[in-house]
Amino acid sequence: MRKSFRAGAALTVATAAMLATGCSAGSGAEPGPVELTYWAWAPELDKVVEVWNEENPDIQVTVQKQDGGDPAITKLLTAIKAGNGAPDLIQAEYQKIPTLVSSDALTDLAPVGAGDLAGNFADGVWSSVTLGGDSVYAVPQDSGPMMFFYREDIFNELGLTVPTTWDEYAETARAVRAADPTKFLGTFSANDAGWFTGLSQQAGASWWGIDGEAWTVGVDEEPTQKVAEFWGGLVEEGVIDNTPMYTPEWNAGLNDGSRIAWTGAVWGPGVLGGNAPDTAGLWKVAPLPQWDASTPATGNWGGSSTGVTTQSEHPEEALEFITWLNTDPEAVAALVETSGIYPADTASAASALSKAPGFFGNQPDFYDVAADIAKTVKPFTYGPNANVTYSAYNDEFAKAADARSQAAFVDAVAVMQKITVDDLEKAGFTVK
Amino acid sequence: MTAASTEARTGAERRKTGTHRRRDLRTRVLVPYAMLAPGILLFVAFMAAPILYTLFLSFQKTQVSGLGLGAGARTQVFAGVENYVTALTDPEFAASVGRVLLYGLVLIPTMLGLALLFALLLDSKRARATSFSRIAIFLPYAVPAVISSLLWGFLYLPGVSPFYFVFDAVGWDAPEILSSQLVLFGIANIALWGGVGFNMVVMFTSLRAVPSEIYEAARIDGASEVQMALRIKIPIIAPALVMTSLFSMIATLQVFAEPTTLRPLTNTLSTSWTPLMKIYRDAFTRDDIYSAAASSIVIALATFVISFVFLRIVQKRAFGQEE
Repeated sequence: MRKSFRAGAALTVATAAMLATGCSAGSGAEPGPVELTYWAWAPELDKVVEVWNEENPDIQVTVQKQDGGDPAITKLLTAIKAGNGAPDLIQAEYQKIPTLVSSDALTDLAPVGAGDLAGNFADGVWSSVTLGGDSVYAVPQDSGPMMFFYREDIFNELGLTVPTTWDEYAETARAVRAADPTKFLGTFSANDAGWFTGLSQQAGASWWGIDGEAWTVGVDEEPTQKVAEFWGGLVEEGVIDNTPMYTPEWNAGLNDGSRIAWTGAVWGPGVLGGNAPDTAGLWKVAPLPQWDASTPATGNWGGSSTGVTTQSEHPEEALEFITWLNTDPEAVAALVETSGIYPADTASAASALSKAPGFFGNQPDFYDVAADIAKTVKPFTYGPNANVTYSAYNDEFAKAADARSQAAFVDAVAVMQKITVDDLEKAGFTVK
Repeated sequence: MTAASTEARTGAERRKTGTHRRRDLRTRVLVPYAMLAPGILLFVAFMAAPILYTLFLSFQKTQVSGLGLGAGARTQVFAGVENYVTALTDPEFAASVGRVLLYGLVLIPTMLGLALLFALLLDSKRARATSFSRIAIFLPYAVPAVISSLLWGFLYLPGVSPFYFVFDAVGWDAPEILSSQLVLFGIANIALWGGVGFNMVVMFTSLRAVPSEIYEAARIDGASEVQMALRIKIPIIAPALVMTSLFSMIATLQVFAEPTTLRPLTNTLSTSWTPLMKIYRDAFTRDDIYSAAASSIVIALATFVISFVFLRIVQKRAFGQEE
């Protein structure tokens, strides 16, 4: 009896100890090198960081690998709410920055001198990290200018030319169906909000804006309506597909030649190489079809930045590191080489991106084309509830795409606007 | 303790017994609690506290001032029953509840019916290769729902599915499982595939517990196998049927993994297709844990009420003999 009592007591103590250790986190400024933790999901980023750690014994950075953009941000917001547990540095996609700033998760880096970096980046990219003000909430790392990928061999075989305007794109889509009903020029994907946002950006949309002390929401305006109407028309006509991207079926279609083009972004070679390995050397890249051929434009799909969290005790050292990581020629070259990103820093990008990706061995000037396209990215402001707008896109456009109705596409834009505004107002934002 | 032995005791001995008794009493009171402590502690830490916190959160909301940028712009304030009103009047929520009710109506009778049929077949005298069949039927239960959804997802996509390939080759029109009319059945099918085995094993085990004399008696009375199944076996295993129904109903209300895994493959599954998917979306995609907490409480209460009412109705009949 007494023995079991003691065992019970021991178990209780052990449980209590387990609970206690679960709650405690390492803290306190110990002497020695400054230690920074970095949550990121870019592949093999730790190898790039190793270069820094070897050269800078005073500032040691540890990469903690994350699952991806969404889970990392969810985790960070939880840590911010809890008051501890956040890393010093975070990889944040551009559309997440306003959300993070509004949750007080990112430190303004302007007071420690980040404003000097403005000249390194394209205006469209820089405005995403400043939210159009004097603050600097992150340093851009990579960007995803949208481009048009197509199967050169099939285009030749079917006698097609590369569409330079969206009207030509529609004509080409019809021609493909007429020539071979097993093939599609493209698909409208209700699953990829970032893709649709990029296409709207190209058309001149900027879904949020700041007007004094109020936010403006401009989803349901002419540029986005135009994009929705265009794709809705093609889907209703049946000349492009209405099923999502990134499904096993879509992958198989890229590989077997039933998908002959893709409105993707500069990181496309990785996707195509991974999903359609049999087609290496058969694809080519061109600028997106244009709304106005005389003023070429494109949008961004993807891309991310490095921010410093409000829980970091070393914002200056953190900025020193992320400035190196994202603008130093050696670091940017390593990012391109090991992590396979398209750098946002324009000067270092030019020197780092000399050789075309292996999958595009047939197009040696791949990155020259990309650099020209990247210059045409239109400015775009994200708002504090981009997450809500994106999930509204998924639901509303999924319904519209399933219905194959152009009118439903246009209605979906209006519903996205309403959901976005309602959410902002519910949280207490002033919306104009 | 006899009178003689008490008389024989000296004072010292008596004092010793007294301390013993006091110590015994203390041990007797303390030991059970000490032994329960780990359980109580874990229950409080991982069940009671989160539930209370969820309850607390469900009455809160965020309040943003100005542009909502920078420190202190976002505060948590008391919301009253606002979140509950929103949850209960939200057409998306009502639609998701309606969907799982329909899903349950399709799934539960089919799943339990098949499970009962298989259990009775395996239990019948003429059954052959019973252990192989039992394992074969049970095995899908061992496959996690996410994996089985991925597997079935491949089979449902016309472009990569061998079924559609065969249908095409024969020249038949294959139904589009992922279309808006059929997707519910597609998901029910995944749950059916995974769930029949578990329920069958529960029923089969209680069938095995039936004393064989009852069957002998029935056989002497001239009952056929079918009659025995309908008149003897099913009534006797009624408690197992009640339990599996209850578990299935709760699982139905909580369906999440299958539609979430299939969602990226099709336009027909929204992010609020089931109540739990909506709760997940509100909490983690829309970053609104407050309304997600309110919806969670509503679902938990509904589960509780449904379970209670169901047991109330069937308990008398199922467990009647035991009372």
